[in-house]
Amino acid sequence: MIGAAFAILRKDLRVELRAREAVPAMALFAVTAFVLFHFAFDRDALDGDVAAGTLWITLLLTTVLGVNRLFVAEREQGGLEAMLLAPIDRTAIFLAKATALFLYLVAVEVVAVPAFALLLLGPDLFASLPALSALLLLADLGLAAVGALVGALAAETRAREVIGPLLLLPLVVPLAIAGAQATEPLFTGSGTPEDLGRWLGLMSLYATIFVLLSVALFDFLLED
Amino acid sequence: MYGRALKPLALATAAGAALAFGLIFFYAPLDADQGFIQKIFYLHVPMAIVALLGFLAGGVMAAMHLRTRRRVWDMRSYVAIHLSIILAVGVLVTGSIWAKASWGHWWVWDEPMLVSFLIIFLLYAVYQPLRFSIDDPERQARYASVFAISGAAFTVLNFVAVRMAATYTHPRVFSQTGGNMPAEMFFTFLVSLAAMALVFATLWTLELGSKSASERLRRARRRLEREADGRAPGLDGEAGRTRPAGGAPAAVSVSAASAPTPAPR
Repeated sequence: MIGAAFAILRKDLRVELRAREAVPAMALFAVTAFVLFHFAFDRDALDGDVAAGTLWITLLLTTVLGVNRLFVAEREQGGLEAMLLAPIDRTAIFLAKATALFLYLVAVEVVAVPAFALLLLGPDLFASLPALSALLLLADLGLAAVGALVGALAAETRAREVIGPLLLLPLVVPLAIAGAQATEPLFTGSGTPEDLGRWLGLMSLYATIFVLLSVALFDFLLED
Repeated sequence: MYGRALKPLALATAAGAALAFGLIFFYAPLDADQGFIQKIFYLHVPMAIVALLGFLAGGVMAAMHLRTRRRVWDMRSYVAIHLSIILAVGVLVTGSIWAKASWGHWWVWDEPMLVSFLIIFLLYAVYQPLRFSIDDPERQARYASVFAISGAAFTVLNFVAVRMAATYTHPRVFSQTGGNMPAEMFFTFLVSLAAMALVFATLWTLELGSKSASERLRRARRRLEREADGRAPGLDGEAGRTRPAGGAPAAVSVSAASAPTPAPR
């Protein structure tokens, strides 16, 4: 199963490296959103809760783009039928898709977070970087699981461009809560927050639940 | 098969609702600091609890559907979620009225129950669009079940998250009518809860009965149609039988001009 998952992941990453359909679009979206936020707030530098909220909402909305692209190749070029014909566990497809989404998100954040620090963030980023990275990585784990599940769920519907985002946004509310709450003290310049642990805990709980759910339910989405 | 249970259920519901209303208006004492408006509590909280349990039950029934592959479980899950969505609208409206009356605002963000309900409502509002934008009935049932199970798990997780966010900013022990209410109030609340659960059960049974009746009608109509097709000269009577149930009926009567056009689903 791991071998098959790796093969699919390699295929996805190779397609992404050659066609560059998802990650550059997502990064561009994030940076454009920061510019929009600058004009919407009419502020040159953000800090505290507004900065945390801006960063997290931008990243969560960027995920929507990635999720919409996740199953496009499979749908448009019939790749899914080929995968389903192959004698592999369906869970391997989920693992590959979720890992691909996770890597996309990390790649986007490598661009978007420095861009945010450069364009909008008032306080210094370096002090908060370790805690922020931990938060982002854990959130990406949850987002990858929920994103792969929602992507597969929406892929077979007629209005998938609408259904996908509408499903994803309420589902990521817990991550928005944990991310914004934990990042807010980081961006006020006061150093590490005392509550970081509980928000990391909530994110781990979220990631665990959705990984387990997706592993259990993904088979039923790819039955035919 | 649902018809037999419906009558006693409906009677029990009518009795329960009458008893609950009687208790609410004539037995339960007026709240000392909120006054008469506090009585909305007997509608709002039972509605919220029943809607929540409805969502969870929908998830359990969806899991039964995926386990047993019997379509009836998907129908049960669908009807439970459908009713819970309607109740959730009621929860949001009554909660909003209560908030306006006792805090002066139509919406308050530091009431975790209400905020969670809004998020869950927004999620489940996508259930029907998702369901009905899938054409194949078998796949529709399967995808809806996956949604229902994920939604049920999310409902619990979401409550934890929202409550954590709320306690972070405003530490509070328990919602103001919870903790230590007088016995009369608590008894009235329990009766209201039971009445609301009965309302839910009755509507659920009614809706399922109507769904299964129209399903049986559709099946009977299709059989009639097939017999008519079989008798028509030059037609292969087997053609209709190979199609999966609930599929687009257009293919059957391509050449049989005499066959009546079946009603769309």
